[in-house]
Amino acid sequence: MRQFRETLYRWIFTVLAFASLLFLTGIVLTLFRESLPFLVSHEFFDTVFGLYWYPTYDPADFGMLSLITASFVVTLGAMVVCIPVGVGTALFLHELASASQRAVLKPLIEILAGIPSIIYGFFGMIIVAPFIQNLLGVPTGLNAFTASLILGIMATPTVASLAEDALSFVPRSFREASLALGANRWQTLTRVVMPAAGSGISTAIILGIGRAVGETMVVLMVAGGAAVIPGSIFDPVRPMTATIAAEMGETVMGSAHYSAIFTIGLILFFITLAINIVAEIISRRFRLKLGLGR
Amino acid sequence: MDRDVKISALNVNFYYGKTLTLKNISLDILRKKVTALIGPSGCGKSTFIRLLNRMNDLIPGARVEGQILLDGFDIYHPKTDVVSLRRRVGMVFQKPNPFPKSIFDNLAYGLTISGMRDKRFIEHKVIDSLKKAALYNEVKDRLHDNALMLSGGQQQRLCIARCLVVEPEVILFDEPAASLDPISTRKIEELILELKDEYTIAIVTHNMQQAARVSDFTAFMYLGELVEYGDTERIFTVPREKMTEEYLSGKFG
Ligand SMILES: Nc1ncnc2c1ncn2[C@@H]1O[C@H](COP(=O)(O)OP(=O)(O)O)[C@@H](O)[C@H]1O
Ligand SMILES: [Mg+2]
Repeated sequence: MRQFRETLYRWIFTVLAFASLLFLTGIVLTLFRESLPFLVSHEFFDTVFGLYWYPTYDPADFGMLSLITASFVVTLGAMVVCIPVGVGTALFLHELASASQRAVLKPLIEILAGIPSIIYGFFGMIIVAPFIQNLLGVPTGLNAFTASLILGIMATPTVASLAEDALSFVPRSFREASLALGANRWQTLTRVVMPAAGSGISTAIILGIGRAVGETMVVLMVAGGAAVIPGSIFDPVRPMTATIAAEMGETVMGSAHYSAIFTIGLILFFITLAINIVAEIISRRFRLKLGLGR
Repeated sequence: MDRDVKISALNVNFYYGKTLTLKNISLDILRKKVTALIGPSGCGKSTFIRLLNRMNDLIPGARVEGQILLDGFDIYHPKTDVVSLRRRVGMVFQKPNPFPKSIFDNLAYGLTISGMRDKRFIEHKVIDSLKKAALYNEVKDRLHDNALMLSGGQQQRLCIARCLVVEPEVILFDEPAASLDPISTRKIEELILELKDEYTIAIVTHNMQQAARVSDFTAFMYLGELVEYGDTERIFTVPREKMTEEYLSGKFG
């Protein structure tokens, strides 16, 4: 009887563990299957590097370069915000914050990380966009700049809390060794603790970027939606995720447009996959470096 | 007086928060001698030794009373420069703690943080210190490998070398062989005996044989108090305190 129960449990947990693998396979297969008609009938590189995205014209144009560029621009912009603010917050928490400051800041960061993106979107639309528009006198506040800003703010808590984890993983003995040699706190931080946490901090940044790349709601709401390669950061743009979300509902199932949208999804999938693999490689190196096992 | 005192603790009390951990300790550490601190685990040996280079400053709520004099100057005086104190009083920790950097960079660190830029000088000092720590022959072909690739015993000798680079006057060892095998332990002990010609050494150990082998003077601590202090030979042969005798004969600890 006990034997049987153990076998049963083993089976249940094995099945549950493989469920995620099953989902992943299902997702990849679906993406491939639905984008296949498009990939077969269109030159892949022509579309990826094509300038015009006019999916509903006749004949239609499926140039995705403006969408891909838009994703890159807002992601890059988000990095400019979330890296300094996130890493700076982590350093502050780790090095300078008093116990009571930490007690306030840490839960606050977790709350920020848990806010649904649509709320960030609202905030961007109602507060930030009009403000930017008035401040800079640009035609619309719904543009790549605002999207970058909001995405960056959104990714900041992820970066901050993961980077803080990386810093706190650095064994105290490294700090002690450094201080015992007569290093001051700043030298200890920049020359021992940060290099030791370096790949952990990089992983934090990469995962933050991953969050920005895949984010849909915010860019749908505040990026402006123009499928044109932006001339400046203050132009409206239409990132890949926003395109999928906006157009999926209005397209005919099985049409070229429908399949093209899945192709965008496929590209997005591979970009995020690549980001995750890089993050994993770096964090593995990090553990090795600290002698925390393989 | 012919006693050549390097460090002198005078009526030292130490608190972790509200807990009185060291009680009225007065102890002289003599120049170019090895002084061993022994006693059961938790009696305050590490706490005491970490007072001597102000490592306990890092602990929130820690408080010291009394005086600790290095060459007659109070190291807890508000005007004392902690950085230069720590360069004069080096420390080797219980668990080897090389930085996750190359062997060379581990040693060069102590020099570059004080602004030394002369590459030839740094290289000379690094090699010199590795030789003094009896490690050079084992690592001379891989100075630029990560120090964490070394064995535990080698890592600990690297930590000793790293400490020597900055030319300290005193070296504090906190159970330096606690995590090492007997052969590595023996090497560390031999090294300590060699270093004694040039440095003042204080070593915490809960291994009595080790204290007997390496030290000139021994201090026995119990529950935060200094029970007995004197010549190692005398302490081990004719202890004056009953407690010392019982500890040395293995009745507790
Ligand atoms: N950072 C600390 N905060 C509070 N109490 C401590 C701290 N470090 C050590 N103690 C306590 O102080 C006492 C002495 O510890 P320690 O000096 O490490 O002893 P030993 O090195 O002789 O084993 C122990 O009771 C220990 O629990
Ligand atoms: Mg100890």
